[in-house]
Amino acid sequence: MSLLSISPPTPSLLTRLLRRTGGADWFGLLAFIFLASTIILPLVVVGIWAFAEVWRYPAVLPQRFGLGFWGEMLARRDVWAALTTSLELSFTVTALSMLICLPAAYAFGRMEFPFRNTLFLSFLTLRAFPKFGLLIVIATIFLNLGLVGTFAGVVLIQLVDTLMYMVWIPAAAFQSVDRRLEEAAQDAGATPLQVFWHVTLPQSLPTIAAAVILTFVGTFYETEGAWLIGAPTVTTMPILMISFINNQLVIQYGAVLSLMLWVPSFVALMFARRVLGGDAIARGLGG
Amino acid sequence: MARLDLDLLGKSFGDTTAVAGVSLNVGDGELVSLLGPSGSGKSTVLRMIGGFERPSSGRVLIDGVDVTHVPPERRPTGMVFQSHALWSHMTVFGNVSFGLRLRRVPREEIAKRVEATLELVGLAGYGERLPNQLSGGQQQRVALARSLVLEPKILLLDEPFASLDQHLRERLRDEVRDIQKRLGITALFVTHGQDEALALADRIVVMRDGRIEQVGQPGDIYAAPRTAFVAGFIGAMNMLEGAITDGRILAGGLHLAAAGSGPAHLAIRPEDIEITDSGEDGHVTVRRMIDFGSHVVIDSSLADGSHLRLQTTKGVRVGEGERLGVRVRHYMVFAEALRDPIRYRGAGVDMLPNMELNYA
Repeated sequence: MSLLSISPPTPSLLTRLLRRTGGADWFGLLAFIFLASTIILPLVVVGIWAFAEVWRYPAVLPQRFGLGFWGEMLARRDVWAALTTSLELSFTVTALSMLICLPAAYAFGRMEFPFRNTLFLSFLTLRAFPKFGLLIVIATIFLNLGLVGTFAGVVLIQLVDTLMYMVWIPAAAFQSVDRRLEEAAQDAGATPLQVFWHVTLPQSLPTIAAAVILTFVGTFYETEGAWLIGAPTVTTMPILMISFINNQLVIQYGAVLSLMLWVPSFVALMFARRVLGGDAIARGLGG
Repeated sequence: MARLDLDLLGKSFGDTTAVAGVSLNVGDGELVSLLGPSGSGKSTVLRMIGGFERPSSGRVLIDGVDVTHVPPERRPTGMVFQSHALWSHMTVFGNVSFGLRLRRVPREEIAKRVEATLELVGLAGYGERLPNQLSGGQQQRVALARSLVLEPKILLLDEPFASLDQHLRERLRDEVRDIQKRLGITALFVTHGQDEALALADRIVVMRDGRIEQVGQPGDIYAAPRTAFVAGFIGAMNMLEGAITDGRILAGGLHLAAAGSGPAHLAIRPEDIEITDSGEDGHVTVRRMIDFGSHVVIDSSLADGSHLRLQTTKGVRVGEGERLGVRVRHYMVFAEALRDPIRYRGAGVDMLPNMELNYA
């Protein structure tokens, strides 16, 4: 028996990585690196800043961690008031948007009526022009109506912002429900309303949920409309964050408020995931 | 058990006529197949019976009651769709029990009826599964159970096996036939597969361009098609274009006795042609042989280049280019001038080009 034995060559790190990723998906790898550096990395940095007591250049990590800035922020009444206002606004706008837009989306998705396509495309105009110009015009009208500086005024201005998401996405969802599914329900004895409730709505729910999440999160983070119409009486979390950063540039304040801003949208996403399932949400978002 | 009557049923979509005055009577417990190519109007007829399309004219009567304008949810019909149309957000139990829940049937009775129906379709114990956890065949059984559990007077099946593979299709169609006979339910079955229609139906309705071409029992339609279209659509058929002059039809280089005059089609079933011998003086030239195991099909050319398909028993072996002598047992002539086709019996006489034949 020979003492000489040949061991198989050790695969390189790259080969092992490719094997693990199931082949040379270079595009996927590059996309991951790009996303990681543009989305995840800034988030990590903000996360570190929120818990950094002392972090001086050129140190890679903070010299001292602590919850001091959290204590300061959470002790402020204006922070809690802004958070409450933001949540109230987001829930109110989302609920109203659902109430107004979902029937409209159903009509656009399933019915034929004059100027249907023109009206459907008109929602795009909200995004086709600089938003601030539109807001100025609306603010002028609101001023005459006494809506500036009121909660109702901010609700209305933010509602405008949600129209496109809440009409276009659910309309596509209603349109994509297989008519045979509805006919099968009718065949089983369901009235048109029962068909909608038991079949059409559940079938399009993941996509509608995605639109609702986008609306909620979009409203929660909205600044321009809230600032122009709400200031100075209605202060939302993003507006408060801006004022903090403008008045005294303490990065930790901004970082703590940023993390606090993420919580509601994160909770909304987790709730939807739990109720509808991750796959359904991903499908709803086009994944 | 119920009777179904269609009285001059018609449907137009704009300028297009999908169904033109279809009249049909389906008896108690009968299984009738609507057979035709795509666009023949068979599915539209079924959808009008189910209430999913509003007829432009005519009436639909179930047990003598006019249901033409009754919405689908109030019709005593049950439809099984080609795409199964199962609700993916409900379990098998949820799908099958849906109609019973809408009718506010007591919970215990729902459980009992759903269980019995699932057992009937061979899916006992599958109640808690979701549709995406089932195979195509199982999904179609659930769709069938969903209709059967409501005990409809008329069961409508719209190409229910079209999306299944051949083996499963054959097995399921036998099972559907068995269930339909056991329950004695009146059923209408839409298909474009002639095998399916021949295997399942008590009667076949052959449709073309929104009209009924022929209604009859499978064997009768196969043996005695009334039109050239039916002859060509049901089963394999050699259809040779020709013309009748002086009591003979000349088609594909064949010269055979035929009554009438003018343009005509000569129709011969592949199994009605017998190989007599092989040799240089044969009547046809072999182009290709296909061995199906149970039988052999030979594609051949006639003297004028027309194709002639022959079917013979298993074990026969012929080579490409080989010349074969053949004998015809039966043939039919479809002439435009004739109201009905004339069937001829070959009486074992050799079929030869330009040869005068004696028929019984």
